[in-house]
Amino acid sequence: MTDKINKTNKMSPDSKRTLKRILKYSAIRLVSLFLTVMVGIFLTIMIANMGGYVDELVKGQVNENLMMRVANDPTYKVMTPERRKTFFQDQLELEYERLGLNQPFMVRSFRFLWNAMRMNLGSAQQMTSDSGSKQVKLIITERLAPSLLLMGTANLTLFFLAITVALTLSRKYGSRVDKFFISLSPLSSMPSWFYGIFFILLFSAVLKILPFSGMIDSPPPRTTGGYILSVLRHLILPASSLIISASFASIYSWRTFFLIYSSEDYVEMAKAKGLPSKLIKRRYILRPTLPTIITSFSLMMITMWMGALLTEKIFGWPGLGSVIVAAVGSFDTAVIVGTTIIYGYLLAITVFVLDFVYALVDPRVKVGQGGN
Amino acid sequence: MNKFWKDVKQYPTAIIGLILIALVVSLAIYAVITIPYNDAIVSWRGDEASTYRNPEKVPPVWTNLFRVDKLPEGFYNVISEEGAKDVEVIDNTTDGLMDITYNYSFEYIEDDFLQDLIIYMTAKYDEKQPFFELVLISPDGRERAVYNGSIEPVNRYRIYQDRALKKKLGVNPMIGLFATPETVRSDNPEVLDGTYILSIRVRGFEQDTIVTTEVVAHGQVHGIAGTDHMRRDISIALLWGTPIALMFGLIAAFGVSIITLTIAATGTWFGGWLDTLIQRITEVNMMLPFLPILIMVGTFYSRSIWLILGTVILLSVFSAAIKTYRATFLQVKQSTYIEAAQVYGASNSRIITRYMMPKIIPMLIPNLVLSIPVYVFLEASLAVLGLGDPTLPTWGKLIENAYSNGALWNGQYYWIVEPAVLLIITGFAFAMVGFALDRIFNPRLRAQ
Repeated sequence: MTDKINKTNKMSPDSKRTLKRILKYSAIRLVSLFLTVMVGIFLTIMIANMGGYVDELVKGQVNENLMMRVANDPTYKVMTPERRKTFFQDQLELEYERLGLNQPFMVRSFRFLWNAMRMNLGSAQQMTSDSGSKQVKLIITERLAPSLLLMGTANLTLFFLAITVALTLSRKYGSRVDKFFISLSPLSSMPSWFYGIFFILLFSAVLKILPFSGMIDSPPPRTTGGYILSVLRHLILPASSLIISASFASIYSWRTFFLIYSSEDYVEMAKAKGLPSKLIKRRYILRPTLPTIITSFSLMMITMWMGALLTEKIFGWPGLGSVIVAAVGSFDTAVIVGTTIIYGYLLAITVFVLDFVYALVDPRVKVGQGGN
Repeated sequence: MNKFWKDVKQYPTAIIGLILIALVVSLAIYAVITIPYNDAIVSWRGDEASTYRNPEKVPPVWTNLFRVDKLPEGFYNVISEEGAKDVEVIDNTTDGLMDITYNYSFEYIEDDFLQDLIIYMTAKYDEKQPFFELVLISPDGRERAVYNGSIEPVNRYRIYQDRALKKKLGVNPMIGLFATPETVRSDNPEVLDGTYILSIRVRGFEQDTIVTTEVVAHGQVHGIAGTDHMRRDISIALLWGTPIALMFGLIAAFGVSIITLTIAATGTWFGGWLDTLIQRITEVNMMLPFLPILIMVGTFYSRSIWLILGTVILLSVFSAAIKTYRATFLQVKQSTYIEAAQVYGASNSRIITRYMMPKIIPMLIPNLVLSIPVYVFLEASLAVLGLGDPTLPTWGKLIENAYSNGALWNGQYYWIVEPAVLLIITGFAFAMVGFALDRIFNPRLRAQ
């Protein structure tokens, strides 16, 4: 990987072409992922609106706005109650007409899609953001950072941990350590929140060494250093439960990939040449296996986002998972739809980033064979 | 087939897994036979009628095996007009004025105190309410008036919650009444062992007043599984959770596998736009946020287990597995025997079901078995999110209840550990068999 980066830095005509290919590949992936997300969000809107929930949401919004506007209108105040009622009703009808709420279901759904893609979902019914706003967009976006922190930590650790263990095990195929790890693979059938419960039980309730839940001590430490330490302490348990629940399965399957690639002829050749085993491991086994591993990691991360949702709930981690759980509790339709959409975006971004990494490590993309 | 069993025997984990599956399945059958569905639902609703004899949030009886100071079990006694076992009836009724004293004597030799002592009374009268007095006679002969009051048609008097009594005794009434006089106010009150007499004197002011009494003592341990915050017996949910979990896991796993297989085979066989369509749907579906969509369906429409199960199957059908199967089917499609079948005039559906689908079975079976625990845990996960079927007693529901009622904070570990252990056993059983099957059916790596 390092020599590739050096190449691109020097920018020889050859590496320029390579860069072009990578960018082209990534652009195609970006467009196709964007279309995929659009279809996904459209489906979300359709599911929500089949029960008329999105309609209700928009109508409630319109009603409220109109009420505010009319209440401040001096001519409205002098009207008789009956006149007021009809006036209000007429205005409401006009507004519905203007916003296209009387249009057929499909037309309406496409209109909502445009709004949903911009996360333009109006205000929540019950929930407020930490800064006190009722905007769905704000409620959701201010919870993004904690979720990304948790997922980022967990995934990076998992990736390097699993790759190291899997590679080591594949070199010791059939040994006692190998057999031991393989016999542990059923452990991955348990989801991360489930490990979370046991971690809380063990480390927080019985041993009392790590906090039960949340992201920061209360009250938060004054110093930056103390703040970071406190967040790290709170991060240990949720991150480890995410890592441990995914690690056994990935070690098992990645070890298999390594085994397949290490039985290739060129590995035998390298061994025959007497190359050091470290070099064989890195250049002849790890390199060719990486694209396959990244594809599998990409699939796994999609499930991990879903696992993180529950893990956040169990650990009271103030991320997106906690938002959607709270929204379910208070039946806040707008927030539920909004969180579903943001998860759609997050999955797409995750896959795109890994696709980009894939393009960097897979020589087939660089030399322009296949690619998609 | 014989060879297959020989292969299985080589994997001890597979054998253990099969034994565990057999255990879980027999537990499910046992649950369905001993507790009829309706009874389970009714007792899980937690009405007073089905839970009044149970204490609140107490661990199972067997936990006493690990305790030096044993926790007491509860007991109860129904006293009718004629009295009951251990009850001495003193009838002083004179011309229309009912005056009966029931002296209920019980032996109390324990290391710890009861959680509560409750007197349930039902009375039949026309106008004038009957009246009752409650006196507790300790083994050392002390007589203490506990309570007196009139009896409504249905009456419940809980000694633990009697504020006046607590004020009078200065401590929790259960300790105040049952501790030795020396230790009652200390930090470690000790139980005064011996035979207590609970004297219930009932006076009626009408000719045919009928009063029935039930004394219920709530202990600090209960049954084989303990109780929850609604005083429900956890064993009901542990037992009935088994068939529900298995049903959910099996239906979802079989449903998804079979539908995926059919779609992949059909798509590959016909090719063209159908194949492309299936490919595109799969790509979109793999990017859909699975859990949030389930949450949406659960909150907006219904939390019925059938709707959730259906949605789960629908969302899982177009998965990465379709791509894997398709790759294999594309190879199978080129085989000469398919060509031969076409030549002799086999129909499309015959080729798909008889010639293509069987080819994929060795790949399908391990995946199917491995996906069962995923769905079993998914059901629990949904319950933890608050999307469990509201009527059904399930393992996930137990964990959710325990978690949200602070079982981890308050040390009621049994409440979370019991369903968790059952989940682990079930998940492990299928996972162990699945991994072994994977190695038996895909022997590519065994040769190395």
